[in-house]
Parts: sequence; structure tokens; C-alpha cells
Amino acid sequence: MSTTLTQPVKPWRINFKQAWPEIVGAIAALILTYAIVNVSPLKGKLGFVVTLVFVATFVAAAVSWVRRDRKAAFNSISTVMVYIAGLFVIFPLGSILYEIIHRGIAGLSWGMFTRDMAVTASDAPLSEGGILHAVIGSLYIVALATVFSVPIGLLTSLYLTEIKGKAAGTIRFFVQAMSGIPSIVAGLFIYAIWMIALGNQYSAFAGAMALAILMIPTVARTSEEVLKLIPGDLREAGLALGGTQWRTVAMIILPAAQSGLITSVILGIARVAGETAPLLLTMGGADAVNLNPFNGNSSAIPFYVWKNFSMGTEVSIQRAWSGVLVLMIIVLIFFSLTRFLSNRKGRF
Amino acid sequence: MSTIQGAQKMSQTNPVNSLASVAAARSPHVQSQHTAGTGLEARNIHAWFGDKHVIDNVTLDFFPGTVTALIGPSGCGKSTFIRILNRMHEFIPTAAMAGEVLLEGTDIYKPGTDVTKIRLGIGMVFQKPNPFPSMTIKENVLSGLKLAQLKVSNQDELLESCLVRAGLWSEVKDRLNEYGGALSGGQQQRLCIARSLAVSPQVLLMDEPCSALDPGSTLRIEETIRELSSSMTIVIVTHNMQQAARVSDRTGFFLSDGGPGRLIECASTSEIFSNPKDKRTEDYVTGRFG
Repeated sequence: MSTTLTQPVKPWRINFKQAWPEIVGAIAALILTYAIVNVSPLKGKLGFVVTLVFVATFVAAAVSWVRRDRKAAFNSISTVMVYIAGLFVIFPLGSILYEIIHRGIAGLSWGMFTRDMAVTASDAPLSEGGILHAVIGSLYIVALATVFSVPIGLLTSLYLTEIKGKAAGTIRFFVQAMSGIPSIVAGLFIYAIWMIALGNQYSAFAGAMALAILMIPTVARTSEEVLKLIPGDLREAGLALGGTQWRTVAMIILPAAQSGLITSVILGIARVAGETAPLLLTMGGADAVNLNPFNGNSSAIPFYVWKNFSMGTEVSIQRAWSGVLVLMIIVLIFFSLTRFLSNRKGRF
Repeated sequence: MSTIQGAQKMSQTNPVNSLASVAAARSPHVQSQHTAGTGLEARNIHAWFGDKHVIDNVTLDFFPGTVTALIGPSGCGKSTFIRILNRMHEFIPTAAMAGEVLLEGTDIYKPGTDVTKIRLGIGMVFQKPNPFPSMTIKENVLSGLKLAQLKVSNQDELLESCLVRAGLWSEVKDRLNEYGGALSGGQQQRLCIARSLAVSPQVLLMDEPCSALDPGSTLRIEETIRELSSSMTIVIVTHNMQQAARVSDRTGFFLSDGGPGRLIECASTSEIFSNPKDKRTEDYVTGRFG
């Protein structure tokens, strides 16, 4: 038996010896950018970032060209561009998140989840009033909108992928067109039909219907994409075992697509949870808790945020920021919960 | 393994004789079985995809207790033909067909036929192993019962017997509650065979069941086919002529001359490989083309 043990190594790892031209290049790019910004009329952070983009691309290409060849230079340019594009996506999102947490956290307290704004003046201190009515309203409308739109959206996607009926092309076209509807139009539609024509009052139910109009196309389209990924031989296997089309879909296709279908529901909820415009027309807004979703004015978190911002006092603007943070936290909790439940048995 | 190695060794010297000897070594009881039962009969089958005529007038009988292999080059209509036998052909939107397929004397294409019952009686194993990803090994085997809403008194007994017959029991008996996707390709295909067996079909159609598998798994599945053949009618499409020689009692040779595929000849496997009537069959089985 040999006494020398072979040590595991990762020879593909980049070490300093290989990476030093890149590191030197990166430092050179920073210094060069700094110099250019200082001698040119470009000023400030924005000028620095814009210049850095060009200088970094140029330096990376130059380093690769010197070390390797022209092909490597082009590869470097595209790599740098991809990184920059990634940063452009992450930066605004991170900035928004930071701002919301930074500003919202000051107004956050457990007490705000136990009180509403029924008897609270717009400039009353944060120890008075709360967001309870808006949280309840938001839970109602999101839950009801999900109940309306998930069955319709899912069955639509099944029609498009499994039944592939004659009307499939037309329905796909309308679903795509529907996903472009401005949210205020959905609100106006429910307002015109449910409230003006049928004479109903403001309610969370009406708000949920308006949100469902926005949510159905998202659920239907994403579910269709997910179901299209399920291999056709699973369908054939189910049918070849003597299953009817419905049994095959219910027992094989839907369970196989479960994880993706839950994602489509999450995307649908994400589409509507922060909507404000349709709620203005259909829920009327309220400052007190309304436990009846089918009748009476009620509020929702986006509504609460909008209302407090428009009141314009220092305290109410603080309430608005906290409201945004609460909405984000609730959505995050909901997503994590759904993901957790679906990952227990998810494939595909 | 000895059969494969033997066949390969001989094939280096004389392919015709080697395949013929493999075929002859197997199943001398073919003739006696031709009269037993009714099996499956295909009468004057034609098939089209849109305007394209892909199968021209194939008449072929499949006998109970017999393995029939369908061989022929790619694109000659073997797979289309086998899919016509359990009404899977109709899932392709442009598909059309003509002719009759008689199961115990009744045409399965007769208007008003319950298609799900037909497919229960005529099972199918596909080219690519396709266990249901959301189900465990146990659920996969029993999935046919749930799909067709059949009741069985003793599920565990059925589970074991199907897995034993598919040659998979000893490998999975301690992991029945794991997902089917965790098995190797060959095991997945045997799981699919076990799944087909659970609804006790009279006929089992296999569309190139070993083409995605390694030689060891192929051998296991061939053993499985041999064991199953005593109790059911088996039709197997294969590109592998040695496989046809090893597992089948009868062999049908399909060929397309650029137009629709035709059945050139069908006879006992030893005859096809040793003394084919048609020159084209001889050219194909000796490896002169295809």
C-alpha cells in the first residue's frame, strides 16, 4: 500500500499567476477612469460610471489581445458587457430595496398590525393608528383574485396545450392581448359593469374581480409555457395505459408540472399584489377594518400607501414607506411559503 | 452475456449463419403455437400523414404466446404500424389510416369502441424510458390501475409480481418509495414494462425498447421479453437484427423504396435469417444495406 496520499486539487481554478494581467488591467482601468473624469468636463458619480464602462471594456479587450489574440479580445468585450448588463439590472433593484427598508423600518412596530386608521389624524404620532385594515383588505383581494383566476387560467392553458381545440389560436391571441391591458382599464371595466350597471357598492370583492382580469392572462400564459415543457411521451404513456385524457392530465401532467404551475400562480400574484389604480375605482378606500369582503368600502396596502403619501405630512409619509415595506414582507412570506410547499414534491 | 458474445464472435466470420444459428437455437415450438387463440390481426393496413402515404397494405397476424419482431431500415413505417395497433396513431393531428385491426376477432377501430379499454388490452412500451416523474416506483407500477380506475384486491402482491416479471424486483424491493427518475435508464425501462404489466394486457407492443440502453440492460430486457412471451402476445420493433434473432419467434421485414413502407415478408425468425424468400430481406439481414 502506498504511503503518499494523492491530494484533491482543482487545476481549473484560476490562480494569481494567471490572473495578474487582468488584475493589473482592472486597477489600470480604475486609475485611467479617474484621470479622464478629472481632466474632462465629466463630473460626479454618473460620469465616473459611464466612463468606467467604456474604459473597462477597452482595457479588457486590450489585455486579452496582448495575451492571446483577436478572438480572445472579442470574447472579453462580450464578457464585460454581460457583467455590466447584469449590474444595470441589480443596481436599481438593490437601490429600491435599500431605500424601502431604510425608510420603512423606522415606522415599523408590532402595534401597527393591531390598529386601523379610523380615529387617527393625518399628523398623529406613529404610536397611534395602524395598517390592520389595509392588511386585511389586501389578503382578501389577493386571495379572492387567486381563487377566481387560477382555475380559469389553468383550464385555459390546458385547453391550449392538451385539448388544442380549433379556437386555440384565437384564445392564445386574446390572452396575449389581455396581458397588455392597463390596470386602470380593468378597474373601469368592473366599475362600469359591477357597480354602475348592476348597482353594487364598493367592496373588496369588486377589487378582486378587477385584479382577476389582470391575473388570468399571466397565469394562463405562464402555465401554458410550463405545460409545453412536459414531454409528449408522458402523455402517450398515460393514454397507452388506458387512461382517459382527463385522468392522464390530472394524474400525470399536472403533478409533473406542479412546481412550474405554482411559479405561474406566484407570478400572477406578484402581478396584482401591488396594483393600486383598479382598487381606487372598485374598493373606495377605508380607514376602518371591514371584515366583510362582499360589501362596503375597504382598503388595501397599496391604497394605504397612496392615501398616506397624498396627505403629505411627515408622519403620513413615514406611514406610507412602512406600508410599502409591509407589502414587500407579506409578498415575500407568501412566496417563500408556496415555494417551500411545492418543493416538497416538485419535479421539472 | 454468452449469447451476445457468441453472436458477435460468429458475426465476424459469417453474419448470415450466425444470426440464423442464434434464431434456430431459440424456440423450436413456434409452429405448434400458430393455432392457439386468436391474438391480434392487422388486415390491409394503410397509413397517411397528411398527403404522405407511409404504410401500404400491410396484413400481419400476431399469435398468442409468440414474440413477433418487426425489422427494417429507419423510416419504413414500423413505428407507425405498431402505433396503429393500439390506437396511438390518432394522436398525430395529420394522421389517417385504413384497414382493420382485430383483437379477438373484433375491430378495434369499429365506431363506438371504448378506446381506453382497447389500450388496457394492448399495452405499449416506448423507445425512451418514461416513468412518471411525480410518482414513486410503487406508484409508477400501479399507475395504470389508477388511470383506468381499476380495483385490485391485493396491490402489494400485484406490485411484486409485476416487478418480478419485469426482472426488476431484486433491484428495487428496498426502495419502492423512491422516485422512478432515480433509477438507471435500463431500470427505468423495466419499470415501464412492469407498469404495462400491471393492467394485465393480452398484447404488449414494444417500440425499440432497448435502443437507448446499454448492452447489459438490453440483455435483461430481452430475458424479460422471453419470460413474458409464454403468457401474452408480444410485438417488438427493433433496429437490432441480433436482438430480433435472439428474442423473437417470428420476424416481419418492412421496407420502403422511397414511397410508402410495405411488409416484404413475415415468417419464423429462423427462416427469415437463414432462408429468406425475398432477395431484399436477404440483403438486409446480411447487412448489405440498411
